[in-house]
Amino acid sequence: MTAPAAPPPRIQTDDRDPARLRLAGQWTLEHATEVGKCLAQVPDGITSIDAGDVDRLDSLGVLELKRFAQRRKLTIEDFSFREDHRALVGAIHDVSDERPRGKREFGVYAALARLGFAVTDNWKETLALVGFLGEVLVKLLRLVRQPSRFRPTATVFHMEQVGLDAVPLVALLCFLVGAVVAFLGANVLRDFGATIFVVELVSIAFLREFGVLLTAIILAGRTASAFTAQIGAMVSREEVDAMRTLGLDPVDLLVIPRVLALLLMLPLLTFIADIFGLLGGLTVGAYSLDIPPQQYLARMQDTIELRHFWAGLVKAPLFALVISLIGCLEGLQVKGTAQSVGERTTSSVVQAISLVIILDAFAAIWFMEVGI
Amino acid sequence: MAAATDTSQQPIIRVRGLVNRFGEQVVHDGVDLDVMPGEIIGVVGGSGSGKSVLMRSILGLRRPDEGEIEVLGIDARSEDDEVRRRIERRTGVLFQDGALFSSLTVGENVQVPLKEYHRDLPDSLRYELALLKIKLAGLPADALDKLPSQLSGGMRKRAGVARALALDPPLLFLDEPTAGLDPIGAAAFDNLIRTLQQALGLTVFLITHDLDTLYAICDRIAVLADKKVIACAPIAEVEQLDHPWVQEYFHGPRARAAQTARDDNTRARDMKAAD
Repeated sequence: MTAPAAPPPRIQTDDRDPARLRLAGQWTLEHATEVGKCLAQVPDGITSIDAGDVDRLDSLGVLELKRFAQRRKLTIEDFSFREDHRALVGAIHDVSDERPRGKREFGVYAALARLGFAVTDNWKETLALVGFLGEVLVKLLRLVRQPSRFRPTATVFHMEQVGLDAVPLVALLCFLVGAVVAFLGANVLRDFGATIFVVELVSIAFLREFGVLLTAIILAGRTASAFTAQIGAMVSREEVDAMRTLGLDPVDLLVIPRVLALLLMLPLLTFIADIFGLLGGLTVGAYSLDIPPQQYLARMQDTIELRHFWAGLVKAPLFALVISLIGCLEGLQVKGTAQSVGERTTSSVVQAISLVIILDAFAAIWFMEVGI
Repeated sequence: MAAATDTSQQPIIRVRGLVNRFGEQVVHDGVDLDVMPGEIIGVVGGSGSGKSVLMRSILGLRRPDEGEIEVLGIDARSEDDEVRRRIERRTGVLFQDGALFSSLTVGENVQVPLKEYHRDLPDSLRYELALLKIKLAGLPADALDKLPSQLSGGMRKRAGVARALALDPPLLFLDEPTAGLDPIGAAAFDNLIRTLQQALGLTVFLITHDLDTLYAICDRIAVLADKKVIACAPIAEVEQLDHPWVQEYFHGPRARAAQTARDDNTRARDMKAAD
């Protein structure tokens, strides 16, 4: 079955009838370029075409001949094909009338339209998030009145997943960032002979901002995406619909355990983050800034007030709520396909991280204004 | 092993002594099969009888443990990528749910193989070819700019066929083409395969559970049971075979319904074709 050296497509005018063109060779996709060249060389004044000597013909050949016919104002009746090629030509001729109604727009209008869609989409997302917050709060209240709805196993399971399992990562990253802050501060402060102020720098930065912010960002990447993917996969396999038909509330089953787990674990992780950030500063102080740990700790006790710690920690439940709500809501909004799960997961991480940072900025301004 | 109906021709697919094992489990133990050019062969067998494994072996997606496979005169077991590409560009495959690339429109999906194998093709011609294949597959021209997620299951399968036909392959593989379609959609799809097979002169290797499809369009049926092809013959012969699975399959309650519906089916199709 090895194909012999395939003869390329050829054209030739009939000896007896100069208005008749004879085609030969292979008019197939493999010879697409030659087919195009041949048809470009066809002399003017051809009124009929004999394709009886064509060895092989496929849909590309037919398509090119049809396009050629259109350019030269010929009709299908001006062609004669081999018997066994007629079915193909007929099938292609039958479907070749309809055209799509215009291609995708890439112009200014389309860009404007996309902008409009993006604005309304964002507005809808915001509304959905606020609505979802309300729904979860109402159902949390119901939980207080009907404690039997509470799912302790699921809650503890998620506490382990989002809390305990994240401890090594949070601790390591915060230790490193604490060390980096200490180095950076020391470089600047050394010029003023005020290296000891590194203690205040690291402590205040970590207790007020970095501890909770780093933890929230790590969890937004780690947990919001996990929530979206878990719930999204269930939605796409209609498990959530199945739950509803069984009289189970997906918010009770899926959302509240996750929200509660994160509400409990994020403050605890923040505490761990604070400790390890401070340890990072302490280590750098001891090894390269000539501040012995005893002096470092004493300085901390003298200068750092407890309010710094609370100003950081108080934001943790807020961030926990934002991360868990966005993660769950995006998961519930998954539509059918696997691609949708991926899109929603990306979107949930982006939203959670941006919202955490925005809220943190507002909180910092507010705390400054009221002088905490 | 039933002899091929026409011995004067070279088979387009030739399988000899195929053995496939997954660990301890033996799926195929000496499968022989010949597929002749221009026929529609239906492969049937119970769940787990290795229909898909057979197709994957023929396509070179899985290396068999033993045996010979020749597709279009080329050894499908070849390690050489260049050799395997010669098979790949001359076969079209429709996977169960179409397996369309979900981030591309239907038109772009059909153009993927054209871009890969025929880079020199001008854009407008490639677009025209994609449009032609989509319409040959029975989709409206508007489907060209739609994403696979915007299509129904039946339309996704048609789009899958359009992509499988992009390179005008002589050999088409279909994995459960009518699974998940409603009876009307399934009958229309059978009809489409028959029409395309005749118009493009295709050889079709079709895996199916659908008795209606077997009766409506298949020239020969290959039955996979007991780790072998126990029969490969026109359906009237296979029906009569004295094998418990075959008897159960072709003479169970659902089979009788399909057989009585067959005549109605043919009539309805003829009427439709006459429209």
